[in-house]
Amino acid sequence: MKKAFPILGLLTAALLSFALYEALVVAPREQTMGDVQRIFYYHVPSAWTAFLLFAINFLASVQYLVRPRPQADKIANWIVIALGALTSIGAYVVRPLPQNMYPSSVVTTGVAIVGLYFLIKKYFSEQETDILALTTAEVGVVFCTVVLVTGPLWARPVWGIWWTWDVRLTSTLVLWLIYVSYLMLRRFSTSGQTPVLAAALAVFGALDVPLVYFSIWFFRTQHPQPVIGGGGSIDPRMLHVLLINWLAFLCFAFLVCWSRYRLEQLQREVEETQALEALLEPRSTVR
Amino acid sequence: MSAPSGITMATLTKDIRLEWRSKDAINSMLFFALLVVVVFSFSFDPVAEESRHIAGGLVWIAFLFAAVVALNQTWAREIRNQVLDAYRISPAPANALFLAKAVGNFIFVALLEALMTPLFIMFYKLRALGPAWQLLPVAVLGTWAIVVNGTFFAAMSLRTRSREIMLPLLLFPITIPALLSMVEATTTILVGDPSTSAKFWMVLLATYDVVFTTGCLALFETVLHAE
Repeated sequence: MKKAFPILGLLTAALLSFALYEALVVAPREQTMGDVQRIFYYHVPSAWTAFLLFAINFLASVQYLVRPRPQADKIANWIVIALGALTSIGAYVVRPLPQNMYPSSVVTTGVAIVGLYFLIKKYFSEQETDILALTTAEVGVVFCTVVLVTGPLWARPVWGIWWTWDVRLTSTLVLWLIYVSYLMLRRFSTSGQTPVLAAALAVFGALDVPLVYFSIWFFRTQHPQPVIGGGGSIDPRMLHVLLINWLAFLCFAFLVCWSRYRLEQLQREVEETQALEALLEPRSTVR
Repeated sequence: MSAPSGITMATLTKDIRLEWRSKDAINSMLFFALLVVVVFSFSFDPVAEESRHIAGGLVWIAFLFAAVVALNQTWAREIRNQVLDAYRISPAPANALFLAKAVGNFIFVALLEALMTPLFIMFYKLRALGPAWQLLPVAVLGTWAIVVNGTFFAAMSLRTRSREIMLPLLLFPITIPALLSMVEATTTILVGDPSTSAKFWMVLLATYDVVFTTGCLALFETVLHAE
């Protein structure tokens, strides 16, 4: 930890500056939008990173809930595997797929989620899954906020409006609201079992996400709005810059999560030690 | 009668009897909803044509806010005299208790809706241009959607500081798809545009109900025992 952290920090800093250079200088100027389009290299990677972090939060919360119950744990394993298989099959069977979804990306997401679930299961203890859930929710909200701030900044000059109640904007906003309420629950809870309550809320939030998406999708297809021109191909040079930026953002998110994770771990250790000392204290004075 | 349903019935009758004698929840809900109706009528001109487009949202916002008043009292009532602790140590299944509370809240909110709907119709000169009978399933599904999650989150917000504020903070973000479905279904029926139908919204609402009822039943025991 002590050695790896600064090394990773330096690497991330180097990668971030390289990505910045690529985004501002190397990437070609967009024909119609001009330089405003370059915000895209921050907006999209932040969004992907935030969604990834929220997914990890959900998986860690499920793990935290089922870990103490072997039977529920087994059922959860099968549900996760079945969901992964269903999304993989569904991606090639279901037509039409919702806007901006491709079979390959759906399969990748499904497989990645199953993989992440079992990785968390293998490498994190029960207590650690809770710390992981807390960390990813906090950092995820930060990245989601970046998405919601950079979006309107771009939309104003390009669409002429700050905000539109389009499906992706609205569902991202609702997702942000759900996770802010999650953090508020953690902050305001007086229970000794806050992790359990928070994990239950995280599961509810995740159940809500598809419903939010489909309800708003239908809502907006009924009333057409000026929305993002879906489809269309992206210049390979732009895609290259985008992916480098995503890598840099992922490294940065990992770095922040790591330090927050260690901080929370140490804080809990300190609290435990203090509680233990408080228990031991009276005895030593009696002697 | 099997044991769990017996417990459900016993808790439900107890809650209804308590409410019948005190009328705490229903009175505050009614007054609150009435206030919303009156206050909103100042914010726009309640002529028939305009109110038809707005009423769906208005009605459900009023019911949602009023329901929070009742939901907050659901579990707070059990904290006095440590009744909730008694529930925790009793061998009774937690879900029987949850169902009793949810059904009880459903009855209270449904009663509120039955009493408030004539007022809404009167004040806002409402008349459905679509199939009006469809409003009934929308109301049933929508009320259950509010109540089932509300009962669950009320149990959750019990362990927080300033719990009366915590409940809406937890409930509203999660309820957004259900609220959108209720409002859209109601507006579609009221406006009666033949090119659109409320069916999709009802299916979505039913899906929401099934998903979250299952979720609540699966997780309620954990939440009840988390102290």
